[in-house]
Amino acid sequence: MATNNTHPILTGAEILWATLVGEGVTTVFGYPGGAILPAYDALRKFPIHHVLTRHEQGAAHMADGYARASGKVGVAIATSGPGATNLVTGIATAMLDSIPIVCISGQVSSKVLGSDAFQEIDITGITLPITKHNFVATRAEEIAPMIREAFQIAASGRPGPVLVDITKDAQQGTATFNFDEAAPASYRPHPMLRAESTEMARAIELMRASTKPVILAGHGIIHSGAEREVLAFAERYQIPVATTLLGLGAFPASHPLALGMMGMHGESWVNHAIQQADLLLAFGMRFDDRVTGNLASYAPNAKKIHIEIDPSEINKNVKVDVALIGDLKEVLNTMEPLIHDRNYLADASTTKTTRAWLREIRSLKGDAAVRDIINLPDNGHLYAAHVINDIWQEAKAAGRLDKTIIATDVGQHQMWEAQYFKHEDTRTLITSGGLGTMGFALPAAIGAKIARPDCDVWCIAGDGGFQMTASELSTIQQECLHINVAVINNGFLGMVRQWQEAFYDKNYACSPILSPDFVKLADAHGIPGAHVTERKDVTPTVAKARTSPTAFVINFSVEKEDGVYPMIAPGAALHEMVRRPNPLIETAEDE
Amino acid sequence: MLHTFVALVDDKPGTLTRVASLFRRLNVNIVSLTVGESERDGISRMTIVCDAPEHAADRIRASLYKLETTRDVDELGRSEAVIRELCLIKVAAGPNSPHGQQSRSQIFELANVFRARVVDLAPESIMLEMTGAASKIEGLLQVLRESKFEVLEVSRTGRMAMRRGHHTGRVLKALGTKPDEEAPVAFPDRPVTDDLPNQFAEDEA
Repeated sequence: MATNNTHPILTGAEILWATLVGEGVTTVFGYPGGAILPAYDALRKFPIHHVLTRHEQGAAHMADGYARASGKVGVAIATSGPGATNLVTGIATAMLDSIPIVCISGQVSSKVLGSDAFQEIDITGITLPITKHNFVATRAEEIAPMIREAFQIAASGRPGPVLVDITKDAQQGTATFNFDEAAPASYRPHPMLRAESTEMARAIELMRASTKPVILAGHGIIHSGAEREVLAFAERYQIPVATTLLGLGAFPASHPLALGMMGMHGESWVNHAIQQADLLLAFGMRFDDRVTGNLASYAPNAKKIHIEIDPSEINKNVKVDVALIGDLKEVLNTMEPLIHDRNYLADASTTKTTRAWLREIRSLKGDAAVRDIINLPDNGHLYAAHVINDIWQEAKAAGRLDKTIIATDVGQHQMWEAQYFKHEDTRTLITSGGLGTMGFALPAAIGAKIARPDCDVWCIAGDGGFQMTASELSTIQQECLHINVAVINNGFLGMVRQWQEAFYDKNYACSPILSPDFVKLADAHGIPGAHVTERKDVTPTVAKARTSPTAFVINFSVEKEDGVYPMIAPGAALHEMVRRPNPLIETAEDE
Repeated sequence: MLHTFVALVDDKPGTLTRVASLFRRLNVNIVSLTVGESERDGISRMTIVCDAPEHAADRIRASLYKLETTRDVDELGRSEAVIRELCLIKVAAGPNSPHGQQSRSQIFELANVFRARVVDLAPESIMLEMTGAASKIEGLLQVLRESKFEVLEVSRTGRMAMRRGHHTGRVLKALGTKPDEEAPVAFPDRPVTDDLPNQFAEDEA
C-alpha cells in the first residue's frame, strides 16, 4: 500500500471495506457478480464476515433481520442489474418498517453508464421511492464519504434503507483513504421537529382531564430505545397500553397494564377500549389502516396526543389534538418534569378513576376467554394457534423467553404469532408489518441469529411463504447456524383463503398450494426435521428443536380451514369485529 | 387550490427527480417549477406551484423536508410574497396578419400599456418579453387574442417567488444583525404559527 503522508492510498474496493470496518460492520450479506467483483476481490484483507445468500432478496432481508434484532445498521451487497433488482423487495420491506439498512450494489463502469451495457440497470432510479436516500459513486474518492453519509442517514431520525451504487471503475480506481475526513456533516434534524413546552402543557392538560386514557405503543418506541421510559410513564400514570404489530415486545405482554395487539386482528376488548377511550397517547406509531379500521368512526370520543419523529405522519390519517414531533425518548424525558411541576397526581381521584377504567376494560373481555381457541380442549385437531402458544410455553418453561427471537412470515400464522406468543422483551419479534412481504421469515431469522447468536431463533412461516425463500436453508447450513424452523402447513395460502371465505363467497381461486415434504427438503440440506400432526407431539418436538445442536425444521400439519379471529373487515369500524365463532366451529371433516 | 413552495435544495444530479417524484407519489400535479441558483454556493432554489387540496400543503412541505437533498422549505401566500413570471410571446405582425400594416404599431401600444418589451422584430412577427404576476401575463395574452392578433408562440418560465420583507440568514448576516454563522434554516422569519396547522380544520368548518 502506498501512503500519502499518514493516509494510505487504496483502491475504491478497499476503501469500501475499510469504511465499513470503520462504521463498525462485522458481517455483510451478499452475492457476488461481475460489477461488484473488484470489491469481493479485496474482501479477504478486511475483518468482515460475508454471508453468501442464495438470492439477493435474502441478502436484503438478512440485513433487515440483523438490524431489527441488534438495532445496528445491516449491510447487504449485490452486483449490478439483476443482483440489484433482486434487492428491491427487501429494500421496500425495510422502507415500510423504517429499518436502517445500507445496500451496496455494483454498477457498470462509469464510461458506459446509460448505454444499456451488460447487466446495467438504473437501480438508483428504481429505488428512489423505496429508499430514504440513495447515491451513485463513480469515483474512488466518493466512496468513503458516501458510505459514511449512508450510515448516518439510515440510522438517524426515522430510520430507513439507503442504497449506494458503486461503478466498477470507482472500485478499481484509487484514492487517499481518510476515514475521519470522510465524516458527513453533522446530522441535521428535520426543521419541523417541535415539541414545545406549550404543546407539552396542552398534552398534560389533556392527560389530567382524561378518565379513560390508552397508550398506543408503536415501533417508534423500539427505534427510539424508549422501552423503559414508556414502561415508567404507563406505570406512573396507570395508563393501559395497546400495541401495534411492530410494537409487540416494546411493552411487556404480561404487565398488568398491557392490553395486547390492537387493530384488524387485535383482541376485541383492546379495540373496544380504544373506541371508548377519551384520550389516546400515540407513541411512535402512524395510525396505519390496519390499526384504525374505518377512520370516520375511529376513537370518536378521544382526544389524541401524537408523539412522532416524522412530521409528515402528523394528521396524515387521524386528526390529532396535540402533536409532539421529536424522538420519543427525548420527548418523554422532557415531559416528565413538566408533569411533576403541574402536580398531575395531586388530585387523589386520578388513581381512582384509572382503576375504574382498568376495571371497565377488563369487563370488556366478556366471554372472549371462552371463545379463545387456546382454551379449547384437545379435540384431535392441531390448530396453528396451539402450535405457536406451545412454542411460547416451551421457551417460557425453559427460562429462555428473553433469549427467544421469533421471525415470522406474512399471513395467518403471523397474526396467530402476534396473538399467542406473548412477547416480554424488545426486539424479540421480527416481522414484516408495513409491506407484508412473504418469504421474509427465513432470511430475517438468519440475520437475527447472526446478530444475536446467544438467542434461540425461530422462523415461523406458512407453507406458502416458506417456499418463496426456502433456498436459504442452504445458507443456514453453509453458515452452520442453529435456527429452528416451524412451518405452519395448512395446504392453503391461509390468509388469502380466509379472505376468499369471508369476502369472495368461498371461491378458493388459486389459494390451495402443494408443498414438498419439508422434512425431506430439510434432509436434502443436511438439516434434521420432524413432522407433527398431533397436539401432544408439539411441545416435545419444539423442545427437541430448541436443544438440537443444529438447525431443525418442523412441519406442523395444522387445521386446513382455520381462520384468524377476531377480524375487522376492511372499511369496518374498529369495534365492528367478527368475533371468534362460539362454540368453535368444527371443521369440514366433522360434518 | 394553488400552493407555492420555495425549496432550497442541494445542487446535485438527481435532486430535481427526487422533488418531482415526490409530487408524483402524492398524486399532485405540478403547475410550474423553476430551478436556479440561490444566494448560497451549491444550493439551488426551486419555486414549485402545485394544484392540491388546501389541507395537502403541510404533508407536501413535511415530505419535501424529508428529502435528504432539501435544506429548507417555505410556503408562500400571495399577499406576503412577490411572485413573478417571465414570458416570451411571439405575435404575427406581417402585412398578411389580420391587422395588416397596422399590426406593429398596435402591438407596440399594447406592449407599452402592459410594460412588455419588444425584444425581436422580424418581417412577419414581433417577440415580446414580459415580467409580472401570472395574471398580468394572462391579461396581455387575452387582449392580444381578443384583438384578433395571432399568437404564434408562448414560452413562460413558471413562477418565482420571494417572501416580502423577510430576510434570509445570508441577508441578515450582511446586514450585521446576525453575527453568527450562516443559519441552518434559510427562512428564519417564516411565521411559526403555520408550522403545524391542522389539515383537517377545513373539513370541520
